[in-house]
Amino acid sequence: MSTDTLPNPEKSPEQSGGELIRLEQVTKRFGDNTVLDHLDFSVDAGKHVTLIGPSGSGKTTILRLLMTLLKPDEGTITVDGQKLFPATEKERREVRKQIGMVFQQFNLFPNMTVLRNITEAPVTVLGMSKDEAVERAKGLLDLVGLADKCDAHPAQLSGGQQQRVAIARALAMRPKVLLLDEVTSALDPELVAGVLDLLRDIARTTDITMLCVTHEMNFARDISDQVLMFDSGRVIEAGPPEKIFSEPEHDRTREFLSAVL
Amino acid sequence: MKWDWSAVSDFMPHFWDGLLVTLQILVLGSLVSFGLGLVWALLMRVPSRWVTWPIGVVTEFVRNTPLLVQLFFLFYVLPEWNITFSALTTGVVAIGLHYSTYTMQVYRAGIEGVPVGQWEAATALNLPLRRTWTAIILPQAIRRVVPALGNYVISMLKDTPLLMAITVLEMLGEARLFSQQNFQFTEPLTVIGVAFIIISYLASLALRALERRLVH
Repeated sequence: MSTDTLPNPEKSPEQSGGELIRLEQVTKRFGDNTVLDHLDFSVDAGKHVTLIGPSGSGKTTILRLLMTLLKPDEGTITVDGQKLFPATEKERREVRKQIGMVFQQFNLFPNMTVLRNITEAPVTVLGMSKDEAVERAKGLLDLVGLADKCDAHPAQLSGGQQQRVAIARALAMRPKVLLLDEVTSALDPELVAGVLDLLRDIARTTDITMLCVTHEMNFARDISDQVLMFDSGRVIEAGPPEKIFSEPEHDRTREFLSAVL
Repeated sequence: MKWDWSAVSDFMPHFWDGLLVTLQILVLGSLVSFGLGLVWALLMRVPSRWVTWPIGVVTEFVRNTPLLVQLFFLFYVLPEWNITFSALTTGVVAIGLHYSTYTMQVYRAGIEGVPVGQWEAATALNLPLRRTWTAIILPQAIRRVVPALGNYVISMLKDTPLLMAITVLEMLGEARLFSQQNFQFTEPLTVIGVAFIIISYLASLALRALERRLVH
């Protein structure tokens, strides 16, 4: 695999291993339903953190807040020392450059070719030359094993292929943080492994910070440095995967794991 | 009643003049309605009542009053305020404006039909709002609405004879003039009837070809 196409954010000494994402007292309500309740948590640069927990426990809400697809009702969110909330839309645009997201439903642009899906943002947002963007996109497609699909449209690809293109598209922006929102949930069972293997490779060979919401516990065990167990909008247990999966302390964690494993 | 082929050949030069005018109204009127309808649809998404309310009222008014009344209004009332256009220009503006209040609803449905995930992906890639509209949302929305827009073109074709009321000599106007001068009604009216069918048919063929091209 060619490593030069992978995002490799330059680490300044004070950032290296330091805190990259911080949520303080974040509350998010949908109507009367409080999904996140004064949540505090932080993620260090380069770490791979997996959020687990029953549905409706607020895991996906955190990713969507970090991607600015939702706004918190209260609290502050900081990425790399810069405020994401509260902040002006202009400031948010700057911070958002460091964050990429892969969605459950892929969300590729159906009116564009695979190649154009990947080059669109580097050219229009980062101001990269078209030639350079195309060259890098081809490198990324090679990485995700779809070098021959440059000129295909998303509708011509399988779900697994579409999701791999979506991963390449997110990586093309060289984000420091990659948010993975149940990226295999919409895939046919036989296509899941390919996508997870790709993500394992990326986790192993880059220093990109990953935040995953997943129901694939084996995958979570493999790639995570830290697992956070959510329940009712709060983190009830956190720790390295060996500990959470083998000797969970909290009853709710035990119940959840016995239900999904 | 008897059919007189010589009346047909006498009418043909007038017919070609009328056909040209009808096609002009149809093409220009369609362009006006497509452009203006898109403008209305986009303005209706501006998050301010000061924009959406007046546009909502005006377009609702235009949609719910007869095209013929609007034609007369633009043709006879505007000149009293010293605003004058040629009859053809007035007709194109009126028919384009009238149909824009329908195409705006078509666009709205097309825009709302683009999955929310497309907006989210655009945000995740940090694309500017303008670029999100021009490169992602509108291309998908317009592709969806081509068949519906095409139906309005055919509907508009059938409304073009209304322009006769403001002295535009399109096909029906030419046929009427010829009939009154020669006391031969059957032949010219039949000729333009057939012409309307042929134009609609060709338009629907063109439309289907366009639809096929838009679907990968």
